[in-house]
Amino acid sequence: MDAIILQILNGLDKGSAYALIALGLTLIFGTLGVVNFAHGALFMIGAFCAVTLSRILTFSHTVIDETKKDFLGNPLKVEVPYIYDIFGQATGDVIIDWAVPISILFAIPVMVAIGFAMERGLIKHFYKRPHADQILVTFGLAIVLQEIIKYFYGANPIPTPAPAAFTGSFDFGAMLGFDPNTIIYPYWRLVYFAFAAVIIGAVFAFLQFTTFGMVVRAGMADRETVGLLGINIDKRFTIMFGIAAAVAGLAGVMYTPINSPNYHMGMDFLVLSFVVVVVGGMGSLSGAVLAGFLLGVLESFASMAVVLETLPGINQIIIYLVAIIILLTRPRGLMGRKGVMED
Amino acid sequence: MGLNKRDVTLLVIVAILCLFAPFILNPFPEGSAMAQFNAGYPDLMQRLVIFGIFAIGFNILFGLTGYLSFGHAAFLGVGSYAAIWMMKLLTMNVIPAIIISVLVAGLFSLLVGWISLRRSGIYFSILTLAFAQMSYSLAYSVLTPITGGETGLQPKVNDPRILDGALAEGQTPRANLFGLQMNQSYEMAVGDWVFTFNAGYYLAAIVMLIAFYISIRIFRSPFGMMLRAVKSNQQRLNYTGLNAKPYTLAAFVISGMYAGLAGGLLVAMDTQVGAERMFWTASGEVVLMTILGGAGTLIGPVLGAGFIKYMENIVSKINKSILEQWFAFMPDGIEDLLVTLVYPFIGKGWHLTLGILFMLVVIFLPGGLVEGGQRVGRLFKRKKPAGDKPDGKTTPAE
Repeated sequence: MDAIILQILNGLDKGSAYALIALGLTLIFGTLGVVNFAHGALFMIGAFCAVTLSRILTFSHTVIDETKKDFLGNPLKVEVPYIYDIFGQATGDVIIDWAVPISILFAIPVMVAIGFAMERGLIKHFYKRPHADQILVTFGLAIVLQEIIKYFYGANPIPTPAPAAFTGSFDFGAMLGFDPNTIIYPYWRLVYFAFAAVIIGAVFAFLQFTTFGMVVRAGMADRETVGLLGINIDKRFTIMFGIAAAVAGLAGVMYTPINSPNYHMGMDFLVLSFVVVVVGGMGSLSGAVLAGFLLGVLESFASMAVVLETLPGINQIIIYLVAIIILLTRPRGLMGRKGVMED
Repeated sequence: MGLNKRDVTLLVIVAILCLFAPFILNPFPEGSAMAQFNAGYPDLMQRLVIFGIFAIGFNILFGLTGYLSFGHAAFLGVGSYAAIWMMKLLTMNVIPAIIISVLVAGLFSLLVGWISLRRSGIYFSILTLAFAQMSYSLAYSVLTPITGGETGLQPKVNDPRILDGALAEGQTPRANLFGLQMNQSYEMAVGDWVFTFNAGYYLAAIVMLIAFYISIRIFRSPFGMMLRAVKSNQQRLNYTGLNAKPYTLAAFVISGMYAGLAGGLLVAMDTQVGAERMFWTASGEVVLMTILGGAGTLIGPVLGAGFIKYMENIVSKINKSILEQWFAFMPDGIEDLLVTLVYPFIGKGWHLTLGILFMLVVIFLPGGLVEGGQRVGRLFKRKKPAGDKPDGKTTPAE
């Protein structure tokens, strides 16, 4: 029993990442009808927003510290981050420590801007072209974005730790009445899951309860009619693209402490996220979220020792296997709508 | 040979290019400053033609039927593994290895195609991608006894090799064609130029010519016409009472066999396999080659494969000091600026250049290099008034 709970928990953080990326993919597909292969790159850029901010925060200048001497008796030079000068050392340390959560504020405008630029600059010209062309051009864009990041940040993963307050693990076992130390779970992963839940909730609430969201939903159902009613639906879809980019970026920002970001992390997630979208049903937002968590949990179940003994290697392929079975038995996916991408 | 005059000309041109490639690719004398642009060394020439085969095969599927497979590297990988096992168990002669690689890749693509072709469009792309990633993950983990996992496979001295008999003391197993070793080369020095004629390259080139000939025949056959019909309007095809599935499946298997052939040849040239050959970026690369050259055209994929492999080898060899040499004649400030501007695109930044190039081609030149060539050609011809040129597009009447 405790092993099962542990695996469900383990699957949640990866599932959250899948769900967030798949949600963004589905938003773009549902509104603009574009298959965005560069969405993984957006996730990766989000992660590098966190890296960038933590670097900016630790920008330092050299100060001669008269109180400390090196072994020759000369005053020692110390690096002092600029942030100390502004906020003082104590507050500065806290800010540097909380770099990753603070990056959220930094990442949102950056990602929305990138999303706008992508949609207006490139993807706009591909609405009328076949899906294959859209896949190809966004695939090329993903390579370009990835290589730009690689040029500036190098090819090695860059460790970006979570705030010190979240470094420990939470003992679920003790709370639920099992033996202590059987179900332990890092705090940050809990934070990630909660964060993902909030973001997903916010996106759904935005679509469901605001006038803007209502218009967008109407546009997803019948773009032409909404346009005929005198609403500039293109503008709203562009904004949705920005929001989708921001969702992917935020998923990346918060993922940095779990997995040190490197330039190809986006592609690794993208392939799986596409599978998630297909399993959930192309164009279905709730399907994408559901499938994301489902496949994340399934993946962690498949990597249990008991399962691996009977079916070796199943953890590597379970997601693809599920996708193949779903596509063959239920081509629309778990919650796909009728008539979306069926030809 | 069942070809019309234009196709014969095309085939002959390709054959001549292949035959004289060691000269054409080595235009600069040894030791000169431009020698780094020479591509006439065996390893690169072999890759040029082998990836040409891979792209020709991919084009039969994507160019004719419009089905975009993102998992073709899996067939190349499976073919490679089959070939290396043939070399380990049977003989170091490359003929059985190549034959078995084609057969195994064909069987595997029959299985994958039979399942994937139930869906079309993006679903098809994702299904093939899923299969390829699955094969890659399995080759890396569970199938290690067969695939060698991370270390890959190489022929070992104590492999059985039933037909070859024992090796002489101190000899290592080398791939050969009835005794002619694949890495055997003849070097011809003319003045400062050194031309290398490599046995493996010529074998691969002959195989590519055969593959190219077969692809011409497929393009011109009624079967090829059916595949084009699938691309332009599958629904209409169904309404006329024809089942498109056997045709697309056949195209899929053929292109899978081409990929297996390329995999087998890769093994024949350097007798080693690793799972990274099946990674999805490798599948992406063949897509790039085909699109860049011109999907749906005969010569396009070969051009694309040649272009990408050539640039990959040459551009990634340029480094900062070479750049500084080039721009040395300029004033210092401008030189530094130029070097800083160009530097991200060369050496390790080759993929950035490739990505940008690919995007430009998809955006402005959907027909690839071939279309670019035709446009340039049209600029100079201007025989017919514009307007009656066939643009190859069909507008379905709906």
